[in-house]
Amino acid sequence: MKKNDFVLVILILVIAFASLFVILFNRTPGALVHVSVGGREMGVYSLNEDAEYVLNGGTNILVIENGFAYMKSADCPDGTCVKTGRISYTGQRIVCLPNKVLVEIRGFGEEILGG
Amino acid sequence: MRFGVKKLCILSVSVALSMILSFVESQIPPLAAVPGVKIGLANVVTVFLLYSFGWREAGAVSLVRIFLSALLFGSFVSMLYSLSGAALSFVFMLIAKRIKCFSQIGVSVLGGVMHNVGQIICAVIILDTVTVTAYLPILLISGVIGGIVVGILGGIVGQRLEKLV
Repeated sequence: MKKNDFVLVILILVIAFASLFVILFNRTPGALVHVSVGGREMGVYSLNEDAEYVLNGGTNILVIENGFAYMKSADCPDGTCVKTGRISYTGQRIVCLPNKVLVEIRGFGEEILGG
Repeated sequence: MRFGVKKLCILSVSVALSMILSFVESQIPPLAAVPGVKIGLANVVTVFLLYSFGWREAGAVSLVRIFLSALLFGSFVSMLYSLSGAALSFVFMLIAKRIKCFSQIGVSVLGGVMHNVGQIICAVIILDTVTVTAYLPILLISGVIGGIVVGILGGIVGQRLEKLV
């Protein structure tokens, strides 16, 4: 293992941890849950209204409860989306790659700004 | 004939081997809640071929493996992700190998990391959102670890098969 390898590894790890801290430091409580399938927005729900949503014709089931959102069940082979657990901060998301389902939390501001 | 029978056999076995490694790895339960976190065992073959033969052989076997794996075990979408990761990873590995300042492990680390970056870019395009880049820190770290493991294994394989090649 050459010295340059070491430098490369350290550099990448520094970038990784630095961006991790930046992300963690800028967390803000979320307000809206955006659901999109295959890039198309399917629905926007309030994080404060407890409800259960059937997404993508039943392949994924989303639950909003007590200010958290989580994927209750999914028919994908890996189940990563279900294992993601509960999210509540702006910018957090649950992704189901096989079904192309994306559940994102955003703030109120974007509706006004049109973002 | 430029392309001997011996080489044909080695490359064919390489394709089969990397497919098996890819499949076996897919059977391991996800290592983290983030999609794409894996060691990348199939790339042991790629690294071995890159150093024992050349970029053409490594590239050809990788492409064939991706197509066949997607055909047998995956989907069109999974193939897009694999191709994105492989393309970016391959370009960087090739450049890194050419400029000769990294060892096999460094090249492999770069390959692993850029593979994940390529997959994130693919996810950004397919899911039409930039927020998945939040997964980058974890994928960078797993890319580094996977790259080191793959690099070491690729080196061992290369040593053991020196006489064969």
